[in-house]
Amino acid sequence: MQTILSSETGARSQNVLPEKRSITLTINGLVHKLELAPWTTLLDALREYLQLTGTKKGCDHGQCGACTVLVDGKRINSCLTLAVMKEGSEITTIEGLANENGLHPLQTAFIEHDAYQCGYCTPGQICSAIGMINEGHAKTLQDIRELMSGNICRCGAYSNIVDALQEVMKIDSNETV
Amino acid sequence: MNNFSYSRPEDLNSALGELTKREGAKFIAGGTNLLDLMKENIERPSHLIDINHLGLNTIEATADGGLRLGALVTNADTAYHENVVTHYPLLSQAILAGASAQLRNMATNGGNLFQRTRCYYFYDLATPCNKREPGSGCGALRGYNRIHAILGTSDQNSETACIATHPSDMCVALAALEAVVRVTGPAGERIIPFADFHRLPGNEPWRDNTINPGELVTAIDLPPKGFSTNFAYIKLRDRTSYAFALVSVAVALEIENNRILDARVALGGVAHKPWRKPEVEATLIGQPVSEANFQAVAEALIDGAKGYGHNTFKIELAKRAIVRALQQAAKLEPTA
Ligand SMILES: Cc1cc2nc3c(=O)[nH]c(=O)nc-3n(C[C@H](O)[C@H](O)[C@H](O)COP(=O)(O)OP(=O)(O)OC[C@H]3O[C@@H](n4cnc5c(N)ncnc54)[C@H](O)[C@@H]3O)c2cc1C
Ligand code: SF4
Ligand code: FES
Ligand code: FES
Repeated sequence: MQTILSSETGARSQNVLPEKRSITLTINGLVHKLELAPWTTLLDALREYLQLTGTKKGCDHGQCGACTVLVDGKRINSCLTLAVMKEGSEITTIEGLANENGLHPLQTAFIEHDAYQCGYCTPGQICSAIGMINEGHAKTLQDIRELMSGNICRCGAYSNIVDALQEVMKIDSNETV
Repeated sequence: MNNFSYSRPEDLNSALGELTKREGAKFIAGGTNLLDLMKENIERPSHLIDINHLGLNTIEATADGGLRLGALVTNADTAYHENVVTHYPLLSQAILAGASAQLRNMATNGGNLFQRTRCYYFYDLATPCNKREPGSGCGALRGYNRIHAILGTSDQNSETACIATHPSDMCVALAALEAVVRVTGPAGERIIPFADFHRLPGNEPWRDNTINPGELVTAIDLPPKGFSTNFAYIKLRDRTSYAFALVSVAVALEIENNRILDARVALGGVAHKPWRKPEVEATLIGQPVSEANFQAVAEALIDGAKGYGHNTFKIELAKRAIVRALQQAAKLEPTA
């Protein structure tokens, strides 16, 4: 992350960096102790300090969804939250979905339906889909499209993504759209 | 993003105390607007006070039969709250028309009121902007202004000109519902009627609202009347989802035997604050539900609108959207 020292703010009279803090994050069931500056976003903490690079940085401004992770089961954009704000929460990233029995059903469905091309948006799409299923408001294909709109796919794999979700969510495919 | 320190107080008084004590400090709630602006170096706080742990995260019924929305409840939890869905569906729909599911899971009710304009020049440090840098001029006035305001702008004096819009969807519904904002600060508690919370740019375009330094929004109160039978929220934008409104309309009607008993119309995307004209709404009272009446209201609400070139289309678009929203709320079939 950029750390630009601004001379104009007036609010910052000295060029002393605020101290790093000791931060404890629970990610994919493991507890990590980190020394982080307060301005480290959760996304940068994952990618740059924990080498959990499955979570992607697309825009860094909440506009693409590539950085979607689950915090206490809810999907959020990790680029617009500070790591220090998520102490005490359970964070789940794409790396935490498969278990000893194999891939998460959504991961399998994405492979079967060819629901990606370059794959850059895929971790965010899958985490977002898990969040959407947890929320329980998507009942139709139209609902899926609306409630997944926070995940942009520049390759345009949308129709296959919807197919993959429809299969996992067991939504009637005869619905007219 | 500049460097800053961070604290996480656990009670309201400590949070308020820290804000007055530390120069350049700011509250952080969901972070979805503040961190975005900090990454662009538009906001440069020296210290962030995390207000998520002050116990302001509940939704509760009020004694008068209304509903109190805690400032730190997320937009998603508010939109899907049983009481909001049943009694204030207009608010629920407006929230769900905004941003994305991920952002709504982070964004808070308090933060939503404070979100700043999406004016491209406000975001671009290389261009003049009276809101960001008082007296520097307005890049949008003669620039690319497709998303900008058509009502209530200030464009007379280049030092104070501003044609920005307030980008919120939630606030348009709150304006129609006549919510009340509860604020607490060094001078104690006060309540601000929603119509007085946001302001027009006037001679001080850098001021978005009427909050005083050191104050914190604790809750938003919804009055008992929820208009759950005859309501509509229409949002028009460049793509069907995950985009800000070019024009949005919140309508709340009370109708009995085809006569209008109460009417509210609030517009988003057209001004520096949700746009209402109660005197125009009042002309509907006692009138029958009819397209002609709705068209007259649309004309009167948009009266005096001014386009700046790229956004001139909004004048006609807003009129049509008002008529359509009124028809939808009144369950009247559109003729065209
Ligand atoms: C890509 C994108 C698309 C979006 N699309 C839409 C849209 O279509 N419609 C829409 O309405 N919104 C949209 N939003 C905006 C979003 O709704 C706001 O960013 C959000 O509501 C801000 O809330 P927050 O809790 O994250 O605020 P923060 O970012 O935490 O805070 C914003 C400001 O409010 C102050 N603040 C916060 N809470 C309080 C309080 N209780 N008392 C006093 N001050 C406080 C903070 O100090 C800060 O200055 C979008 C945002 C993004 C990034
Ligand atoms: S419209 Fe307002 S916010 Fe945009 S450039 Fe002009 S002064 Fe700045
Ligand atoms: S990287 Fe977070 S939304 Fe694009
Ligand atoms: S697969 Fe390439 S962006 Fe979605």
